Amino acid sequence: MELFDNHRKLFRTATLFFIGLTLLVAIIPAIKVQQNNAPLPGSEPLSADARKGKAIFIAEGCVACHTQQVRNVDMDKVWGERPGIAADYAGIRRTDFWRNTATLMGTERTGPDLTNIGVRQPSADWHLTHLFNPRIVVKESVMPAYPWLFAFKKEPGEKDKVVNVPEAYTQGKEGKYIARPEALQLVAYLQSLKQTKLPDGSVTPEFLYRRKQQQAAGDDATGAALDGAQLYMTHCQACHQENGEGLKGAFPPLKGSKIVLDDNPEIMTEIIMNGYNAREAEGFGAMPAVGTNAGLTAEEVAAIMNHEKTSWGNDAKPVTPEEIQKIIDAIKLKSP
Amino acid sequence: MDKRKCIAGIFSTIAFMTAFSSAAQSDGGSSNSLHPVAAWMLALILAVSLLLVAVWLLKVKTKQILFDNRKKQERNERERFEQYMRGMDSRQIEAILTYKRRLDALKEKEEKKPSSTLPVVLTMMAILSGSSLFAQAVEKKSPGFSGEAGMLITIFLILIPILAGISLMVVKVINVIRQYRNEQSLKEAEKLARYLNELSTEELEPALLKRKAALDFKLSNTELSGNMKAEDDKGIINVSANSGLPVVALKKRAQKRPNIDPALSKLILWYIGSATFWLLFGSSVGEYLGIKFVAPDADHVSWLSFGRLRPVHTNSVFWGWASLGMLGLGYYIVPRVSNTPLASIKNGWYALHLINASVAIGTVSLMAGVNNGGGEFREYIWPIMLLFGIGLTLSLINFLQTIARRKTKEIYISNWYMTSAIIFALVISVAAYVPLWQDGLGETIIQGYYMHQGVGMWFMFFTLGIVYYFLPQQLNKPIYSYSLGILAFWTQILFYTLIGTHHFVFSSIPWWLQTVAIVGSAGMIIPVVAGTANFLLTFNGAWYKIAGSYTLPFFLVGIIFYFTGSMQGTAEAFRSTNLIWHFTDFTVAHSHLTMYGIICFFLWAGIYAVIPRLTGKEAPQITVGAHFWLALIGLLFYTIPLMYGGTLKGLMWMDGKPFMESVILMAPYWLWRAIGGSFMWLSHLFFAYNIYKMLSANGIADIREAAVEKLKTRTEAVAE
Repeated sequence: MELFDNHRKLFRTATLFFIGLTLLVAIIPAIKVQQNNAPLPGSEPLSADARKGKAIFIAEGCVACHTQQVRNVDMDKVWGERPGIAADYAGIRRTDFWRNTATLMGTERTGPDLTNIGVRQPSADWHLTHLFNPRIVVKESVMPAYPWLFAFKKEPGEKDKVVNVPEAYTQGKEGKYIARPEALQLVAYLQSLKQTKLPDGSVTPEFLYRRKQQQAAGDDATGAALDGAQLYMTHCQACHQENGEGLKGAFPPLKGSKIVLDDNPEIMTEIIMNGYNAREAEGFGAMPAVGTNAGLTAEEVAAIMNHEKTSWGNDAKPVTPEEIQKIIDAIKLKSP
Repeated sequence: MDKRKCIAGIFSTIAFMTAFSSAAQSDGGSSNSLHPVAAWMLALILAVSLLLVAVWLLKVKTKQILFDNRKKQERNERERFEQYMRGMDSRQIEAILTYKRRLDALKEKEEKKPSSTLPVVLTMMAILSGSSLFAQAVEKKSPGFSGEAGMLITIFLILIPILAGISLMVVKVINVIRQYRNEQSLKEAEKLARYLNELSTEELEPALLKRKAALDFKLSNTELSGNMKAEDDKGIINVSANSGLPVVALKKRAQKRPNIDPALSKLILWYIGSATFWLLFGSSVGEYLGIKFVAPDADHVSWLSFGRLRPVHTNSVFWGWASLGMLGLGYYIVPRVSNTPLASIKNGWYALHLINASVAIGTVSLMAGVNNGGGEFREYIWPIMLLFGIGLTLSLINFLQTIARRKTKEIYISNWYMTSAIIFALVISVAAYVPLWQDGLGETIIQGYYMHQGVGMWFMFFTLGIVYYFLPQQLNKPIYSYSLGILAFWTQILFYTLIGTHHFVFSSIPWWLQTVAIVGSAGMIIPVVAGTANFLLTFNGAWYKIAGSYTLPFFLVGIIFYFTGSMQGTAEAFRSTNLIWHFTDFTVAHSHLTMYGIICFFLWAGIYAVIPRLTGKEAPQITVGAHFWLALIGLLFYTIPLMYGGTLKGLMWMDGKPFMESVILMAPYWLWRAIGGSFMWLSHLFFAYNIYKMLSANGIADIREAAVEKLKTRTEAVAE
């Protein structure tokens, strides 16, 4: 065939074919998406610190293991309140002339998704300790440690942010680890990662592929089917630790805690739902509104509470989902 | 005859009676509810009995035929004996002659005959023992179970002894027949001996001697060659004089092609040498990253932290190893199939330096924390990638000019693939890197497009071109179908271009675009099946060559992974499977299965084929074998645990289990990955050693070369 024996015609045809398809499936859709996109009304631009922190996030290649996309599938529900939409990324522009846009959506989840990490874990203390060495707070973690974001000082000044590092990690040296500005910026970026609420009246996209088990759980009525230990692992363990002892000077223990052992579950429920900051004076970080942020149901809260009330030597009266439901309803009435 | 019929009758009666009695038992022993069971049993017993009767009748019939035969044969005994004698070999004739002569000398008396036994008795005994066995088997049948499964199990258990009995009986019958036939033969032998004995020596000797002489005749082995000494004037025969027992199987040696421009040879070798360096470097980094999954605190150096090193690994094996390796082989193939010298060797060098510089600078910049913002394989910032782009452009111009000056009418299919691959890689890079237009979410759409086109339209496409050249060359036969190659060419462009977005299924880029990508992924079945079929059918009829070649096994593994790896990609793209596997380690396994299993194996095949043609030196076969097996086993150790663990991880996530549990789950699979990775890394050391052996002079002068050189200098000195 003439086409196949003439190199000009052959390679021109192949090139045009490829460029045509490229325009159709890549260039044109990309331009369209870019043009028809705007940030959500409630979204806040990154602060100066957070922007610098994002640059560190990019430089360290965190995207290799951490995604920032909540897919519209049921299994991604744990990473955000709603599936991500194009508008969530509209505020992200080209880094500069030399570097491309960093949406940081990622393609692998060796570590957790970070879309909503600012809500899930707002504690700067936790993040700093975790960045210094993740295995201090999460024993089985395979995340790298970032000691170069920290400095060692014999006598930290007043302005220095001291990081809670257990003795096992200080190699017996006299002094404290303090956070360098880079560490604080990176934490500022992580704290800024929050899903923006959709404006009133807009339709929230649905999570697809719902679990069948979940529907079945509704019929069960009691929270017995829920595994309190697993829920604890998901929502509480990063701070309070597997052994319930917390982390000295950072996260209070639940083992032997007065609030946990209290037969009246009211305060405990309120802390889980709305967070707690009454012990900051003792050096403990503020607790986020874990229950509300994660959208925990009364059954799930009861399961977590029962796990905490009966583990690590704790021996308190178990609670029922019904009484927790009542308390949650009451809390909602109090703070509209 | 009557006797036999009588026995047959008795036997069948016994059989039927036992069958009937056991059926009656089953009826009596169980209530009405067991009726179907009883019916089953009865049917079974009847079937077995019928079978036995049939066997018996067959046996009787066979005997009849044997008997008739014997009768017929008795008539022409003499003829038969003569036939026997004609069939005797030299040794037998010798023995007979000696016997005869001795007999004549001694004039001995005759011997006695042995008495014959009745074969019928034996048969009867055999059958009786068989029937008693059968009776035992039948007695075991006492159904007491109800319910379907119980019934089936019972029947199965009962069948075991029955079948064992039947097979035993068949063995016995065969034995009886053999004994009977042996007896017949012995009788016949007896008669033959008697006949031979009766004949006089004078009568026998001449014929036997003549026959013996004929049998003893042998050729002298020089009938065709004459008595002249053999000479190989044309130098066709190549026998290695001192071949001891080899440690590894001896493979076919590569042929040197002396008509290749030494300057081009040097260029190609530098391409391959650079590629080998980047393979060693990149896979050492990869190996270290694999170890970090098991020992995350292995070091606390910022330049060596996981996030920075991961792109160093991927980019150096992509742009350093695979790209340079492909281009190096391309520089060999394009001039070869165009039957013309390369347009510009100088440009080839520029391209090599630019690409090497790009990977080196890119590596340093990534480790220093300067990157493009996170898109996989797009981590180098554009000024660095520009060097690579210029290198590719120079190579493209070079290739196109060479093809334009070709001395063949057609453009061989290899050139289609390789040249187009460079064009496509440039199109992709321009679309992905030009800093003037991407600003926002468009980045992600382009990212999906870029990373997958990079893999499919650059690496895969170019490598297919390499296979279309080297596979037929190594098999020494043409490619099975040129048309299939053309079909795969156009369909791969059509479908592959569409599939980029399947890396972002369920993400916030347009749903229709995700669907197009999934459809495109399914369409990839066409080019992949066409390609695989084409390669395998080229192998057809030459499979035996694999055993005698050290390049063909690499091709074969590449072809197998080309099919399985690509089809796995299609399977992963569907929404339902994406749900399980996306974001898990399954993806890592898939990319290694394809980039390593397909691209690396094909490249190695090509490199092992081409370097001996350029340098005339070959790698030791034992280290080539070590490279092959370590790479293959390592790849399997690497990918299978990750696929298995990745699947479990995905299912765990779907189950709503805590995230940390999935990390804990992966620990053993990550360890396996590190072990497999170590194998792969070790294989690369062998590969590098092989390259060294193929490239380097070993420091000891080649005696023949040196002698020629010495003579040359001597003549020159004399001439002066």
